[in-house]
Amino acid sequence: MSSVAQKKGFGAQVWDFLTTVDHKKIAILYLASGTLFFAIAGFEAILMRIQLMVPNNDFMSAGLFNELLTMHGTTMLFLAATPIIFGFMNAIVPLQIGARDVAFPFLNSLGFWMFFFGAVFLHLSFFLGGAPDAGWTSYASLSLYSPGHGIDFYVLGLQISGAGTLISGLNFIVTIITMRAPGMTYMRMPLFTWTTLVSSSLILFAFPPLTVGLFLMLVDRMFGANFFDHTMGGNTIVWEHLFWIFGHPEVYILVLPAFGLFSEIIPVFARKRLFGYSSMVFATILIGFLGFMVWAHHMFTTGMGATANAIFAVATMAIAVPTGMKVFNWILTIWGGSIKVTVPMLYALAFIPSFVAGGVTGVMQATAPLDYQLHDSYFIVAHFHYVIVGGIVTALFGSAHFYWPIIFNRALSEKLGVLTFWVFFIGFHLTFFLQHFLGLMGMPRRVFTYMADQGWDAFNMISTIGAIMMGVGVVLLVINVLLSIKSPPVNRRDYWGDGRSLEWALETPLPFYNFKQTPLVRGFDPYWIEKEEGNEEGMVYAEPLGDIHMPNNSIIPLGMTIGTFIAAFGALYSPWGDQAIAGTADSLSKAGSLTLLIGGLGITVACMIIRSVKDDLGYHVTKAEVEQTERALAEFRAKGGKR
Amino acid sequence: MAHDTSFETRSHVQHEYDREQNAKYMKNQVTQFAIMIFLTLVAFAMTAAGYAPNFIRPLVLLLAGVQVVQQLYSFMHMEDKTAPHIGIVQFFIWSGALIAFTFFVAFTTIIWW
Repeated sequence: MSSVAQKKGFGAQVWDFLTTVDHKKIAILYLASGTLFFAIAGFEAILMRIQLMVPNNDFMSAGLFNELLTMHGTTMLFLAATPIIFGFMNAIVPLQIGARDVAFPFLNSLGFWMFFFGAVFLHLSFFLGGAPDAGWTSYASLSLYSPGHGIDFYVLGLQISGAGTLISGLNFIVTIITMRAPGMTYMRMPLFTWTTLVSSSLILFAFPPLTVGLFLMLVDRMFGANFFDHTMGGNTIVWEHLFWIFGHPEVYILVLPAFGLFSEIIPVFARKRLFGYSSMVFATILIGFLGFMVWAHHMFTTGMGATANAIFAVATMAIAVPTGMKVFNWILTIWGGSIKVTVPMLYALAFIPSFVAGGVTGVMQATAPLDYQLHDSYFIVAHFHYVIVGGIVTALFGSAHFYWPIIFNRALSEKLGVLTFWVFFIGFHLTFFLQHFLGLMGMPRRVFTYMADQGWDAFNMISTIGAIMMGVGVVLLVINVLLSIKSPPVNRRDYWGDGRSLEWALETPLPFYNFKQTPLVRGFDPYWIEKEEGNEEGMVYAEPLGDIHMPNNSIIPLGMTIGTFIAAFGALYSPWGDQAIAGTADSLSKAGSLTLLIGGLGITVACMIIRSVKDDLGYHVTKAEVEQTERALAEFRAKGGKR
Repeated sequence: MAHDTSFETRSHVQHEYDREQNAKYMKNQVTQFAIMIFLTLVAFAMTAAGYAPNFIRPLVLLLAGVQVVQQLYSFMHMEDKTAPHIGIVQFFIWSGALIAFTFFVAFTTIIWW
């Protein structure tokens, strides 16, 4: 029965991953595809830095530079950071709350495939006539007039992958609210679960405005509407509002789970209870709320008027308060702890000053008058890379080391990890620290080259060297991952020896049902409590051993997604679009376009009908099968993890 | 499980009690419905009477807001205190409303176009 103890053929493995609804396998899919897109976007960044290494460089054309900067930003935020974070949520949250799977396993699979096919669709643009080139914000005043299909790929690709993210977000809200084990009250939930809940709620409220904006952009570009065309009575600024009403919470959607991951790492290696747990929860919720009240600070220079600028400036500065609470809580957790400096802890220690630097420059930009000076300069580039690399990427790398034993039953090498950390960390500061000063010296962002002797040459050269170091760091991490495949399995619970929350109480490799009996949670840090009381099993149970209800695998999510993927091509090659009529973009005949649109959506609807009509009630793992699986796993661990 | 049909035997007293509760519930629904019709009539009457637009607009928006709340509470069962996770449902609906209201206020007051 156990998926671990039985060896499967290659075809069966592939089929298993295509149809899986198991949160642990979907986590692996998210992590793998997120890493792929992270590598692609990182490579694009290095190409851009090579272009900017010396003044008047002709390594690439201006058009290609625009495409790379757009795809770098879009990919990193939507297709790299988001899926990797969803990977960790999938892998860890059900274990932290004592659940056997997420609330809607079918939707979990659907969410992944929607994200993945949206991402693939967006990247096909490189091979089908040029990538989007209007920046990740794709301001309508620019993007409506972009020739070719680049922006169409952006709009449709993000529409599909955004639907996937929304579905997954809803799934996690319901999972955390309804699937907690007995005794796991809200104020006993680990911080990563809390931040997942808040960040999923932000997804719920923030993605609909993006969907609306993208839909209006879609009909504007591909079906001749004029929502954002000021010459036809539209309003081009409305796109900017819709985008940032989504875009600002998006930043918190990404950074809150990163905060949560560090709030898990720091107490384990400081070997102390998390300082100020309830204030951490309060700060998370407050950041979530305030995140919706500040979108216009991205638009200070569009001329909204002094009143609006002043109000949004103050609201923005207010966010520094709950964020500051969190920083002090982390420092006070470390303070006086018996600190073990492992690789995850190294990342956590590096995160605090780097993220604070990014936060401080953020407050500087919140000052509306100063923002007129900083707007669209390299200072902005430096700021958001300090927040995103210093805050989110360090969290992802650190948690990869931290949670690898649970996810893969292997450990990443500490030695190589320390080397990776230093190469990446030094490279990161080399790249972005000097960009603050480049910005203050007047270098605008999103330029493909610059004149010599403006005092920018040396800093740009150093910045490029740093970017290459970051690239080397990522390659080292990937080598570490590949080496871990051949390393001996860990086969134990509590790999780091100081685990506190429920996920560490489980012995790896996990059975597919996670918990043979639902655990009973007796307080905050449940595994720590059990360890203190000398409980060898790591948990007490809330129910006797019995039958377990599990969901069936399904290929239908993949079918639904392929339908939308085909329909997207129908919209893309629509003959009604402005660019198609102007002859700057190739298009299909009316019949061809409609066939793809209706046929594609037809497949999706057909899959939905099949799903609705065919009852899928899951299956029961009998008590005998559970006992047999547990025995097989114990034998597997005793033999050192060899089949 | 959906395919497990459960049977329940109810005593006569329980039956009477349920009937009474259902009647009360039905009465409440009809009353709410009547109030909604009345509010709609008021809105139409104001427009027909030709009051100043600056008087009608905020008042009609207010009446609409009242009707949304009635809709949520009496017909979409948000008043049901015993429903599972009703507190969470209320929290999410009202936070969503608050956020949407913020956008509305921002666009109508401080952002000038």
